[in-house]
Amino acid sequence: MKDHQERKDGQAKTKVVDQTSVQHSNEHVILRLYIAGLSPRSTLAVERIRSICSRYLVGRYELTVIDLFLQPELARQAQIVVAPTLVKQAPLPKRLFVGDMADEKKILLGLNIVA
Amino acid sequence: MAPCHSGQDGRCDSQSIIKDHPITKTATKPKSTSEGLPKCTTGIQGLDEITGGGLPQGRPTLVCGGTGCGKTLLGIEFLVRGATLHNEPGVFLAFEETAEELAQNVRSLGFDLDDLIEKKMLSVDYIHIERNEIEETGEYDLEGLFIRLGYAIDSIGAKRVVLDTLETLFSGLSNVATLRAELRRLFRWLKDKGVTAIITAERGNGTFTRHGLEEYVSDCVLLLDHRVEGQISTRRLRIVKYRGSPHGTNEFPFLIDDGGISVFPITSLQLQHQVSSERISTGVPALDAMLGGQGVYRGSSVLLSGTAGVGKTSLACHAADACCRRGERCLYIAFEESEAQLFRNMRSIGMDLEPWMKKDLLRFHAARPTMNGLEMHLASIHKQVEAFQPHLVIVDPITNFISAGTGPETCSMMMRLVDYLKSRQITTLLTNLNHVSGTLEQTELDISSLIDTWLLLRDLELNGERNRGLYILKSRGMAHSNQIREFLLTDRGVQLTEVYLGPDGVLTGSARLAQEAKEKATAVQRSMEIGRKRGELARRQQALEAQIAVLQLQFQTDKEEMERDITCEQDYLEKLAQGRHEMALSRKADSNGTLVLPKKGRK
Repeated sequence: MKDHQERKDGQAKTKVVDQTSVQHSNEHVILRLYIAGLSPRSTLAVERIRSICSRYLVGRYELTVIDLFLQPELARQAQIVVAPTLVKQAPLPKRLFVGDMADEKKILLGLNIVA
Repeated sequence: MAPCHSGQDGRCDSQSIIKDHPITKTATKPKSTSEGLPKCTTGIQGLDEITGGGLPQGRPTLVCGGTGCGKTLLGIEFLVRGATLHNEPGVFLAFEETAEELAQNVRSLGFDLDDLIEKKMLSVDYIHIERNEIEETGEYDLEGLFIRLGYAIDSIGAKRVVLDTLETLFSGLSNVATLRAELRRLFRWLKDKGVTAIITAERGNGTFTRHGLEEYVSDCVLLLDHRVEGQISTRRLRIVKYRGSPHGTNEFPFLIDDGGISVFPITSLQLQHQVSSERISTGVPALDAMLGGQGVYRGSSVLLSGTAGVGKTSLACHAADACCRRGERCLYIAFEESEAQLFRNMRSIGMDLEPWMKKDLLRFHAARPTMNGLEMHLASIHKQVEAFQPHLVIVDPITNFISAGTGPETCSMMMRLVDYLKSRQITTLLTNLNHVSGTLEQTELDISSLIDTWLLLRDLELNGERNRGLYILKSRGMAHSNQIREFLLTDRGVQLTEVYLGPDGVLTGSARLAQEAKEKATAVQRSMEIGRKRGELARRQQALEAQIAVLQLQFQTDKEEMERDITCEQDYLEKLAQGRHEMALSRKADSNGTLVLPKKGRK
């Protein structure tokens, strides 16, 4: 029910810093997850991303979950068409992951977590 | 997980909309009212006319066509006109151009998007999808697009929406099944929003759109086309379907110029223009005389056809001159000569058009026909007419339009031109160059049925020379001469003389002159003969009278002589009787003795 609370105040930030986890790189990862309401798809995406972050990016990520219903103007700013969309703001290059984040391998590749 | 955003202000509507539209929802068929479909006036010149009032109100319309056929512009103009003419705000969702690019592109057409955006009459949202930036990781939907669009619509209260070009999504996202379902949902959603939408789509191979959007947008489909024929391009628009409304089914040419899009109905849908019974002079008195003595009707169409060099332009210039003399304006559209050349040439027949030009009663529009496509020509003529408001329009010659388009196209263009001018009560004078090989009584454009008065100028070849003849092939609504007149270009302008019609047939030119001279000589000879006969008669009379006088004289003489003799004889007889009496007296004869005069004594 953590993500539920995040959505309640619109743009909740979860910042978990854990220096003990094993990592390939020390780069700080900034992620934004845009979802549309409380659809099963949104929920699934949030849970999956959360899981990936806690497993691979402990201590070096910043995840923001944004509900577009509550902040529709952000959709325009961030060029969001598809929901859910995960945007990797940093490190560059910027990448977009769309869907319910079922394909974990693809995400890990895209986030440079596995080679 | 309870829905926690339900209480947020201003978001309830977008929320409910999205809730109402599960992906599986099927599109219901639109209900058309028996009173007729409510329509949304586009404000695009001519489009409302052929759609019978505009696009279906509150429904999506699909505009499809190839690259560069004007889809985006149609969409933009729909929004701009809506905002400026009908006070209806609009949203433009651009998939291909950024808002800045778009504003820049349409600035040349006089559309100031930035100003409209500032006034909250327009919202432009650029949607960018870069495939190589996107990783697809499972199921997704287009909710982001819905939210953006919904937000844009709600923020300015938009009534009109343009999605240009939605199909770009197919190149950015690979899950076609999802996209299709989402697009179906989008169209349904637009309908429920009550916005009149234009969705543009790239034309596919053998289909209207590349991804079959026409399956989803079933209310109204417009097809734009940009064809090049004979190196000249023409844009065309066709209403493929318009559910619940009658519409023109033809391909209507349209053009994009600095005033935006203008669609031209091929024929104006009504034939109801007012007519005038006022007559105006053609500038040649003898020709007016042939046309019932008063010239042609105001607002009628006059065609001058003939082979090369028969004097079509000269006759047209006479009409222009006469028009300006009446203080009316004349627009001369010349496709063969520049105005300077025309002025020089007309001076050779004693006509100076330059003063009219200076008084701004005469305007020239000289252009090569191949400079533009037909539609461009038509539009530029429209524009000139609107600006100058002429009473007479001369197109010299219309034949050259053939080089700018195919026959049927040119014909339809001429029809529209004539219709347009007629509806404005503008007299039209067209010249048509006939080729010697063709039939004279036929124009190459087959526009004869549009023409009210048709003058045919033709060469009459005789005795090794070529002369010009003019006759009236038809003239609707007036008694007109059926005679051929010889058409002379003199230094005092065009003159019409009667041709010589004699036992040897029609004679013109020097043959006519020779015949006339011959007749003159004969006449002189005849009159001399009469004089001679008269003299002789007088002489004979004189002679006779002289003779009579002589005879009378002679008679007089005889008469006198005889009278003298008679007197003598009488004297003698008297004397004889007297003598006898005296003798009897002397012989003392009977006193009653009868005196008998001797008869023998008389001569």
